[in-house]
Amino acid sequence: MNFDKELDASGLNCPLPILRTKKALAELTAGQVLKVIATDPGSVKDMQAFAKQTGNELLSSAEEGGKYQFFMKKK
Amino acid sequence: MSKKLAIIATKGTLDWAYPPLILASTAAALGYDVQVFCTFYGLQLLRKDTSGLKVSPLGNPGMPMKMPFGPKWFKDINWNIPNIVQASIPGYESLATTLMKMTIKNCGVATIDELRDLCVEAEVKFLACQMTVELFGFEHNQFIDNVEFVGAASFFEFAGETDICLYI
Repeated sequence: MNFDKELDASGLNCPLPILRTKKALAELTAGQVLKVIATDPGSVKDMQAFAKQTGNELLSSAEEGGKYQFFMKKK
Repeated sequence: MSKKLAIIATKGTLDWAYPPLILASTAAALGYDVQVFCTFYGLQLLRKDTSGLKVSPLGNPGMPMKMPFGPKWFKDINWNIPNIVQASIPGYESLATTLMKMTIKNCGVATIDELRDLCVEAEVKFLACQMTVELFGFEHNQFIDNVEFVGAASFFEFAGETDICLYI
């Protein structure tokens, strides 16, 4: 998937992946896509909850080799 | 209009410093308007020097006492140290705090200073209870900038209109 910015939140624990995601999204313009990599298992549900509450769209969420990868489209 | 969260932070230990700051920073990231009212021991959260925040395993049966270093089998041991021993060894709390800080770092958990900076950056408003500031003999210059020194009535002005209000 194409993306405009990548955020590596590996090794960070709650709530840092969400806070960093919020900050990274702030640097994008509407419609641009942010790729987030995280290792916190709690981030899977948290990213969904974050998207639902902020209106940003979670395009995909996947796990690969113990790492979680998210693509989020800025509102 | 954005949702609102008010938190009353009353605890002044390293472990209890986390819940208000984690919830405040996360809520701010979700677009909430957040105020944290710090009173009694919760004032420790707002001091420039946060080294006063310590953790005590004494009289806290819910706290696992594990070592943050060494091989896995060693880290997995839960050191069951009787209260009477904990109470009589000088510096036991400082040792436990040092070990806890190592564990926090190993787990990728933010430090209190880091979380607080993130809150300030996200425009979380911190209120300090003026009455307890005086009660404990603190000076305003011992606190971080942007703290407002107020009384209970100021807290209710915001709390009365919130969607969520928590006492921690």
